[in-house]
Amino acid sequence: MASLNSGVPNGELKDKWTQYKDSIDLVNPANKRNIDVIVVGTGLAGGSASATLAELGYNVKAFCYQDSPRRAHSIAAQGGINAAKNYQGDGDSTYRLFYDTVKGGDYRSREANVYRLAEVSTNIIDQCVAQGVPFARDYGGLLDNRSFGGVLVSRTFYAKGQTGQQLLLGAYSAMNRQIARGKIQMHNRHEMLDVVVVDGKARGIIARNLITGEIEKHSAHAVVIASGGYGNVYFLSTNAMGSNTTAAWKIHKKGAYFANPCYTQIHPTCIPRSGDYQSKLTLMSESLRNDGRIWVPKNMEDVKALRAGTLKATEISEENRDYYLERRYPAFGNLVPRDVASRAAKERCDEGYGVNKTGEAVYLDFSSAITRYGKEQVLLQGEDANDNNLIKKMGQEIIKSKYGNLFQMYEKIVDENPYEMPMMIYPAVHYTMGGIWVDYNLMTTVPGLYAIGEANFSDHGSNRLGASALMQGLADGYFVLPYTIGDYLSDDIRTGPISTETPEFIKAEDDVKNTLSQLLGNTGTHTVDYYHKKLGKIMWDKCGMARTEPGLKEAIKEIKELREDFWKNVKVPGELNELNKELEKAGRVADFLELGELFAKDALTRNESCGGHFREEYATKEGEAKRDDKNFNFVSAWEYKGEPSDAKLHKEKLEFDNIEVKERSYK
Amino acid sequence: MNLTLEIWRQKSNSEKGALETYPISEVSEDMSFLEMLDVLNEELIEKGIDPVAFDHDCREGICGMCSLYINGEAHGPDRRVTTCQLHMRKFKDGDTIFIEPFRANAFPVVKDLVVDRSAFDRIQQAGGFVSVNTSGNTQDANTIPIPKDDADTAFDAATCIGCGACVASCKNSSAMLFVSAKVSQFSLLPQGKVEAKERVINMVNKMDEEGFGNCTNTGACEVECPKGISLDNISRMNREFITANVKK
Repeated sequence: MASLNSGVPNGELKDKWTQYKDSIDLVNPANKRNIDVIVVGTGLAGGSASATLAELGYNVKAFCYQDSPRRAHSIAAQGGINAAKNYQGDGDSTYRLFYDTVKGGDYRSREANVYRLAEVSTNIIDQCVAQGVPFARDYGGLLDNRSFGGVLVSRTFYAKGQTGQQLLLGAYSAMNRQIARGKIQMHNRHEMLDVVVVDGKARGIIARNLITGEIEKHSAHAVVIASGGYGNVYFLSTNAMGSNTTAAWKIHKKGAYFANPCYTQIHPTCIPRSGDYQSKLTLMSESLRNDGRIWVPKNMEDVKALRAGTLKATEISEENRDYYLERRYPAFGNLVPRDVASRAAKERCDEGYGVNKTGEAVYLDFSSAITRYGKEQVLLQGEDANDNNLIKKMGQEIIKSKYGNLFQMYEKIVDENPYEMPMMIYPAVHYTMGGIWVDYNLMTTVPGLYAIGEANFSDHGSNRLGASALMQGLADGYFVLPYTIGDYLSDDIRTGPISTETPEFIKAEDDVKNTLSQLLGNTGTHTVDYYHKKLGKIMWDKCGMARTEPGLKEAIKEIKELREDFWKNVKVPGELNELNKELEKAGRVADFLELGELFAKDALTRNESCGGHFREEYATKEGEAKRDDKNFNFVSAWEYKGEPSDAKLHKEKLEFDNIEVKERSYK
Repeated sequence: MNLTLEIWRQKSNSEKGALETYPISEVSEDMSFLEMLDVLNEELIEKGIDPVAFDHDCREGICGMCSLYINGEAHGPDRRVTTCQLHMRKFKDGDTIFIEPFRANAFPVVKDLVVDRSAFDRIQQAGGFVSVNTSGNTQDANTIPIPKDDADTAFDAATCIGCGACVASCKNSSAMLFVSAKVSQFSLLPQGKVEAKERVINMVNKMDEEGFGNCTNTGACEVECPKGISLDNISRMNREFITANVKK
């Protein structure tokens, strides 16, 4: 096993980034005009990177599979974005945001990267306000904040339940300005199907035009992957239907190490599943845990009556409810981090206390908050403080103003009014902390190839805190990559345009065409979704919220067999040279079938529990995750060697010089 | 439920399209509309028939990618939802459902139910931004207080998802609601006011150039908008447009 160099600069933690920026090489404005950069993906990371690189003067070629860059799945992020502004004067600071993020990630992230993230977080808010992002404000006209899980301060900025949308539209508008100037060449409805490496450096990509089906060669001096996470390996997740791992997996096969694939976030507050036809799961923002209390009945008779439909949740009295998060974690209560909240829900449901027909749901109840807000409102407005109906009505109005769109979404899906009845929720796959290994510059193990946003592994360790994904995406794209990529490109000022007619490009193009022809030429019997659903079931059952050694070994074997069957028996209709959604899906599922195997291997190798990775063999008596810092205090970075699970392990040792590593407790 | 689907099939932009009939059975009322189409497509593939192409992505009503015209209404019979949030409980056993693409000259059909809405992107490129570079050195976010009402109204306008239901619903295929939402968002915020004049003129000119029709105040767009974008935005844009031309 080799070791990896993260390239973290020397010096005091708080000075590293500033000193580093002062010392790296720059590219002068005239030379930037001769340098091309490809950015794959236009979410918060890719969109902000494209806009900023183009502002700086580089020629950017951006790609997205959607019909417009505005539709990337960052748009669906609901709750908010963290920043250490300390506007509330509640003791927040750069160090505290850093501390919370490292602790929240269960001490499995890289200290220097996280500190840099916390440091630039405040610039993000300034930048977005300057772009016209309409964040929520208080009556004095200043920015409002709320709390998210795993922290003791209010540092989350938000725009109702649509923060991701507003931030993405901000980045999209910045892109539009550069598209209009001709500095970004936008390729909508294009999917990257391979990276091209020339003389050891990333020099371009092969992409399919999803309208005409044409296979295209695009060259550049550097390639940036901002294609998001791989949660759809589970088939059912809160990701968009098109979210995929193809770009990340293809670069892994061309030499980029894949780090910690088993670190997956299962989000505690999603709408429970209803049937086999289900295509995706819908998230209810974590911000709901500011005001919602999570519970199941204390008594099994009540559970049975609920399932039989003879009892309503609202008829169960306070003393017969088990507010299990408040019981187990008095300090953080309903605002424990996501991994802890999800496991606690699973524990109750496994014990048989699930409140819906499938037995996989717990309540998220707003009645206490409605009463609390209502009482405040009647006082403020000088109304009758004993009128319970009025209190309820006014309380509901406040809840509506805070979470209106989420409540509406819930009602449309479940067909039940969450203002009157508690919501039913259950954990679902939401985010992947693992991803492409990058150094301090966000460069992968292939020179000139970068990975940013959810596509990389760097900042969240084994568990991400709420409202930190938006922060990381924009930090990478607006404020980190634009500096670090210049240091690399400063050697490329004399290179000139890169030809796409070299053997490397032609071979990559041929390989892509052959793979697609093979998929289309198959005379199989099963649809792509048939395989995707099967893979999802293996992943959820054996690589989900709780993992065991025998289960993971079975998963590796089953995924391998499923993949072999896929290539023999999948049926892909239509042709190459047309809009062919089944062909798109087939390519993505083929890659998920490989990634899943590496995922299971990674989980099997990590003989400890940390954050979102919970191995049943490694738990405390109370059922909490038990880390093994002596043996597993490292990043697992996998090098592709043919079969996915034959990958070679490289370790990056994690050093914590500025934070005391201890057992993570939220009690 | 058992249903009859009348679906617009069109191989490509250059070929003619027509409605085709597909029966579908055992539809659960808890399915979303798109999940019902997923089930249909699985059946079609197994029978060797080309599946129906339709746009979709997030399936939670926010990306703006889904775009069906169902029984004569953009995003179907429910209010304040996109097609992906429409559930089959809004239909009855035995119903015939007509499914067509969003129709407008400025939204050419790509295949089946998929249309090209890139005209919307080009309108945004004409001025839907604040010209501020990424520096990390802009002033502190709290330097300029913004009245809560203005911030909230700007937010309401900014929630437009760019789906195009307004255009598809308008008898003139006008894009006024879409364009005015962006113009309003920026004209209500101090950061956007600096370039307000150029913005409204450039965006309106681009809208006309792309072939969208005029507004005759029927209000169909507001009714069908899944995000409830208000007609007030159109009035605000008209005021901005007139003022900008007077002051030019």
